[in-house]
Amino acid sequence: MQHLSTLPALALSTALLLSGTAVAQQPEALNIVSWGGAYTQSQIKAYHDPWTEKTGIKIVNIDEGGTAPAKLRAQVESGTVTWDLVDVLEAPAIRLCDEGLAEEIDYDKVLAAAPDGTLPTEDFIEGTLSGCFIPEIVYATLFAYNDDMFPDAKPQTIADVFDLEKFPGKRSLEKTPYANLEWALYADGVAIEDIYEVLDTDEGLDRAFAKLDTIKSQVVWWEAGAQPPQLLADKEVAIASGYNGRFFNAQVIENQPFTILWDGQVFELDGWVIPKGTPNLEAVLEYLHFATDTQRLADQAKFISYGPARNSSAPLVATHAETGVDMKPHMPTNPENFGTAIKKDALFWVDNYDSINQRFSAWLAQ
Amino acid sequence: MHAGRQSRPAIFIILLLRSIAMAQSSPALPGTLTTADGIPLKLSLQRAQRRNRRHAFFLVAPLLAFIAVTFLLPIGDMLLRSVQNPELVSYMPRTLAVLKDWDGQEVPGEEAFAALAQDLKIAFQDKNFGKLGTRLNYEKSGAASLVRKSARRAARLEEGPYREALLKIDKDWGDIGIWRLIQREGRPYTDSYLLAAVDFQYNDQNEVVALPENQRIHILLFQRSFILSLVITLLTILLAYPISYLLANLPARKANMLMILVLLPFWTSLLVRTTAWIVMLQTQGVLNDLLVWIGVLDDENRLQMIFNQTGTIIAMTHILLPFMVLPLYSVMKTIPPNYLRAARSLGANPFTAFWKVYLPQTVPGVSAGSVLVFILAIGYFITPALVGGRTGQLISNRIAFHMQESLNWGLAAALGGILLVATLLLYILYNRLVGVDKVKLG
Repeated sequence: MQHLSTLPALALSTALLLSGTAVAQQPEALNIVSWGGAYTQSQIKAYHDPWTEKTGIKIVNIDEGGTAPAKLRAQVESGTVTWDLVDVLEAPAIRLCDEGLAEEIDYDKVLAAAPDGTLPTEDFIEGTLSGCFIPEIVYATLFAYNDDMFPDAKPQTIADVFDLEKFPGKRSLEKTPYANLEWALYADGVAIEDIYEVLDTDEGLDRAFAKLDTIKSQVVWWEAGAQPPQLLADKEVAIASGYNGRFFNAQVIENQPFTILWDGQVFELDGWVIPKGTPNLEAVLEYLHFATDTQRLADQAKFISYGPARNSSAPLVATHAETGVDMKPHMPTNPENFGTAIKKDALFWVDNYDSINQRFSAWLAQ
Repeated sequence: MHAGRQSRPAIFIILLLRSIAMAQSSPALPGTLTTADGIPLKLSLQRAQRRNRRHAFFLVAPLLAFIAVTFLLPIGDMLLRSVQNPELVSYMPRTLAVLKDWDGQEVPGEEAFAALAQDLKIAFQDKNFGKLGTRLNYEKSGAASLVRKSARRAARLEEGPYREALLKIDKDWGDIGIWRLIQREGRPYTDSYLLAAVDFQYNDQNEVVALPENQRIHILLFQRSFILSLVITLLTILLAYPISYLLANLPARKANMLMILVLLPFWTSLLVRTTAWIVMLQTQGVLNDLLVWIGVLDDENRLQMIFNQTGTIIAMTHILLPFMVLPLYSVMKTIPPNYLRAARSLGANPFTAFWKVYLPQTVPGVSAGSVLVFILAIGYFITPALVGGRTGQLISNRIAFHMQESLNWGLAAALGGILLVATLLLYILYNRLVGVDKVKLG
């Protein structure tokens, strides 16, 4: 008899346990890592807030930036994954995926189709769904100048940036070989479609560094994305390279007298990867389904001037949420800006970053 | 550990035997002092001291364990990474087995290609080909995509001949260099990270050669770190000596006020102080504006005082100054002013009195300050990263780069290990010349 009476209790506790695990599957919060600043703000407004409203799952924002892949790797290798979703560039995403540090994505199953039913693999910009990477935005690294520093003739092209005689004044470049070497070759007369082919040879690399040599003495090197608009505003430099979203903010919101040179913009993708072994995989996948659908990606462009990574989002891009400025002319993907755009070759850089960066650092230090 | 555990009972037995012997031979020999129970005083004292030492050890044991777990083990683990080389051994076992007897004269035959295809297939399934490619890419640019491409396609290869198939996937497999590289790095420990850390590499013939001149950077940065640290140490001595003297000799109320002026920046965030220097020294900054305003400079020729070596030296000297002032001050505080007065009254001129009497007594403080400042400076990284620009970067910035961005932890560990060894060598040299026991922090 006694045995029998314990049975309902057992059943009850099992039920409790089960419901307990059911609750655990719906986490209280997701830890999402991104770049901070205006960019994270745009994600909060376009993705996180609507998602929390819909599901009740909170989002914890972690600001990390360029060091996120290193920390992600440390987390996965030590088996203590606390991040659920990480915002990274395309090249590191490919590398993380190849090293088995990121979850592989079955795109058509996980992501939402476009409103007209186009599958994600058809809808995202061609060649960007590389296994683990889920692109969000297209952003450009490009030059801008302070109008006050050029009262007469204004620089028009990348070649002008490298022309110290016609356009004297300090330049600011990012302290990395990315984009700088591409620009050097482009300014030296290499056709856009041949840039990476030329860069892949020793002579081409010599040529790029020789071109950079011509302005080396006038360059102030920046490392954080917030620096170039500041350097321009302070008139520390006359022309600076930087991220188009940052320049947009300075131009439109802070009313700085900046002009963007769309010539030779180097564009690349930024998007999500899921760290291998996140405890909240299911919730993260649901989040991704929601946050990368056509409308959400278009919404992000209301808050920052980065182009959505889905073709179906482009027509939905509207005006800036605060200032009412039409966002289309400020998008890197806008046809008028896109004529001489250079697509950063993520695979080229995965292969050659180590050796080129070594040479670049040695060149810098001398 | 083992020897220690065994020796303790052994000592007890010896003591026991000796005390028995003593007891038997009592009364004690004339001239040896004994305690009330007849044990020689010396022995009894030794025993008491040993007990004290044991107690002392137990008191520091928690700290020791803490340091071992949080400091020594991680550092040891990190240093090991500079020679560990597990990738090829783990993910290419079949290829390595075939290459074991390869003479390295010609591109190996079908057997090696079959093993390679098999290894790549498995590496692709287990998602290890990225690690493999990254490792090989450190030695040979382009190997990453060679491995990625080949692994993807090898996964679909059903049967041989594999040599033909792999060469079709990428003709680079016909390059003998990549095979020599695989054979060479198919060892659990490697010296290639350490070689890279001093600007050397293996060439395709597996000979150690210097890097091409346009890629050499580490030796330059090591030299620069040592020289700049030395300069900064000297500058802090020059600046801190008079301040400390003033602090030690003013009446207490004024000295305390001044002390707060020294400590206030010490308590302020490092980033705030560094940024403040940027505001002061940049070309449109306070100092340049002032110089232009009073007419020393014209507007076109503003001085570049920051984002270069000068910036690094100025900012770091300022930030590290308290580490020199504090030990100097505490040593000077203990020097009685009477000594100098005595020297003067015995006829020494002020300089001789200072040189012969005061300065030698402050050497322990200078030493302590110098060791502190130099060792802090040589590993400094935030300040040079922010104000160093192009020419003010130190080796620590390169280590941080490989830790955080390029993710080449092996090379970062090798650079860090070399820096650690070099610093320890300097410390030993310093100990020989000055003597660490002379260092005084107060």
